[in-house]
Amino acid sequence: MTPSFLLAAIPGVLLCAAFLSLVPLGRKLAPTLTVIASLAAFALAGVCAFLTLKHHVLVAVPDWIGIDGFGALLLMLVTLVGFLAALFSSGYMAVQARERTDRALRGYHVNFNLFLFSIVTVPMMQEVALTWIAIELTTIFSILLVSFESTSEALEAAWKYVILTMIGAGIALLGVIIFHQALLGSGPFTWDALVSGAGSFSPVLVEGGFILFLAGFGVKVGLVPLHTWLPDAHSQAPTPVCAILSGVETSAILYVVLRIFPVVRAHPELHLARWATIFGLISVGAAAFLLIQVRDIKRLFAFSTVEQMGIILTAAGLSSASSASVVPYQILTHGLAKSLCFFAAGSALIVAETREIAGIQGLIRREPVAGAALLVGSLAVAGAPPFALFLSELSIVKAGLASHYYAAVALLVFFIVVAFGAILYHVNRAVFGTPPPSVKRAPGLPRVCALVLVAGMALAVAFGVWLPPPIHSLIAMAGSSLGGLQP
Amino acid sequence: MIGYPLNDLFGGLFLLNAFAMVATRQIRGCLRFFLLQSFCLIASALIIGLLTGVRELFFVAGINLLTKLIIIPWLLRRSVPREIYARREISLVLNVPLALLIALLIAVFSFFAGRILTAGTAAFSTNVPIGIAGLLIGAYTIAVRREAVPQLLGLLSMENGAFFLGIGFSPDLPLPLIAEVAAAFDTLIVVVPIAILTRNIHERSGTTLVGSLTTLKEERAP
Repeated sequence: MTPSFLLAAIPGVLLCAAFLSLVPLGRKLAPTLTVIASLAAFALAGVCAFLTLKHHVLVAVPDWIGIDGFGALLLMLVTLVGFLAALFSSGYMAVQARERTDRALRGYHVNFNLFLFSIVTVPMMQEVALTWIAIELTTIFSILLVSFESTSEALEAAWKYVILTMIGAGIALLGVIIFHQALLGSGPFTWDALVSGAGSFSPVLVEGGFILFLAGFGVKVGLVPLHTWLPDAHSQAPTPVCAILSGVETSAILYVVLRIFPVVRAHPELHLARWATIFGLISVGAAAFLLIQVRDIKRLFAFSTVEQMGIILTAAGLSSASSASVVPYQILTHGLAKSLCFFAAGSALIVAETREIAGIQGLIRREPVAGAALLVGSLAVAGAPPFALFLSELSIVKAGLASHYYAAVALLVFFIVVAFGAILYHVNRAVFGTPPPSVKRAPGLPRVCALVLVAGMALAVAFGVWLPPPIHSLIAMAGSSLGGLQP
Repeated sequence: MIGYPLNDLFGGLFLLNAFAMVATRQIRGCLRFFLLQSFCLIASALIIGLLTGVRELFFVAGINLLTKLIIIPWLLRRSVPREIYARREISLVLNVPLALLIALLIAVFSFFAGRILTAGTAAFSTNVPIGIAGLLIGAYTIAVRREAVPQLLGLLSMENGAFFLGIGFSPDLPLPLIAEVAAAFDTLIVVVPIAILTRNIHERSGTTLVGSLTTLKEERAP
């Protein structure tokens, strides 16, 4: 088993599951296949990450497909969240989509697998133009997942999603072409070639390319003011899909923006990192205040994603080359916490049959596991002390202070505190209090969903108190490739 | 050499079609202008291929011919109800003269941006600015249109612009062929979910006026 085979097997196994999901053999086949395929993908990603730790890079096709530390970290996160989402989905869809036809359900699973497939290819592509295409695929395969519920709201959300993110992709493509032009004939068009040749690029091209990357991919990441589609799409899709969209897909797109940072760092005279800080802070600030007025539990977590993406981008702008590892750390902790939040919100949706926060009241009395998970997930995502996000946000603040960005750090901390208050205010209402009197006996939570909630809570707590040494070294490696340093 | 002025002619026609897509009220007309624009792209790829001898450009031309002129129109005709094409958009977001004026400003801006990009290179000086203009005007078309099909065509014309820009750079360093093929394939498969979505919207609400879909907001009626 060569490394190249292992790496190619991750998307391969998901692609197989997508095709096999088409086989019309009852309603159980496609969900089971999806769970097996995503578990296999996670196991393979683990092996690949292990090999990456040993050899620093894992190359399948030189100059085309391969991963470094950052890629391996993202691959593990995506496949882990993908597996949990597949598991959750098998219980969730059995309840929520029981009135849908077999054909619609098969279509859902085909798209689910293809969507996971497209996200895992993003960090694997070394060729810049192909990375762009992988990102296009993530949009294409998720359109019909967002519109799956076929309500007029879901269709509207899907339409906004596809149109806005496709415009963004077109703008980003202009950036890709500019970087291609900047490289002018000096070898293959890979991220590594861009980083090593960055010093000789014309500053105008670096400036133009970076701004277009930030604006274009920024749409898909959900940076304010390009975020308008995100709360719609991330709240209307079936909940397991929301967990993937919010937890890892946005980060996978942001990863591509971050990949260009070493190029930017080679031109310190342009002060381009400042734009990342400014746009990041705008996103954090706007999202923090928008969080106050939500009524819908899934929109709450969607706005929290906008806030978190802003934090990660600010971190990238504030950190120096040596402290860049705060960025992958934040991506990891956010992915785990946010997916747990959505799993909890999905369980609340099953139990209370509404997404309105006012209707979920007293969740912990109606379904203790779901209530506990909602509480733990929100505390984790808001950045309360025992959880990993608190530690990573603390290290961002430290990195910012070390680079003497006092005003930006002060603003960041203020916005994070506002968001913390807003999230906990809403979740407090949802989890505690007395259930509305008119509650009819809703279907109980499927056992597999409860299992996912427990696993998610365990992960969120465990990563807060103890970071396994291999993960720690992966984060360090990711940080050094983000800082443009040789491993 | 007749090649260069001929390429400039197709470049001009390409831009003209982009303007026409902004201003045409009828959906069928919008589709026709998109097809004409794709034809200009193919012609320009062939001419530049002949002039420079870059063989990839013939593939680009062939792939675009296959996807944009044959498969995409066929897919659209199959999946989107026929009556939609006969519609006219009565209420554009902006009135036609204003919309065209803004498109003109975008084109002027693109020529300045193109100047910066092509400075000191052997790139085709008509293709690069017109490509940028095509891309930006495509995005702008989506912003001023309210019907689903013209918005989709705006997306596709953005891709046309990107291709037009890409082939302009080919004398220096053509994008890898696999990227071009993948991009063309990508254009093709993006049409499928959007067409399905359009049909679903039509079935549910009886209209494809996607510009008036505005139920998702924070403030809900209590």
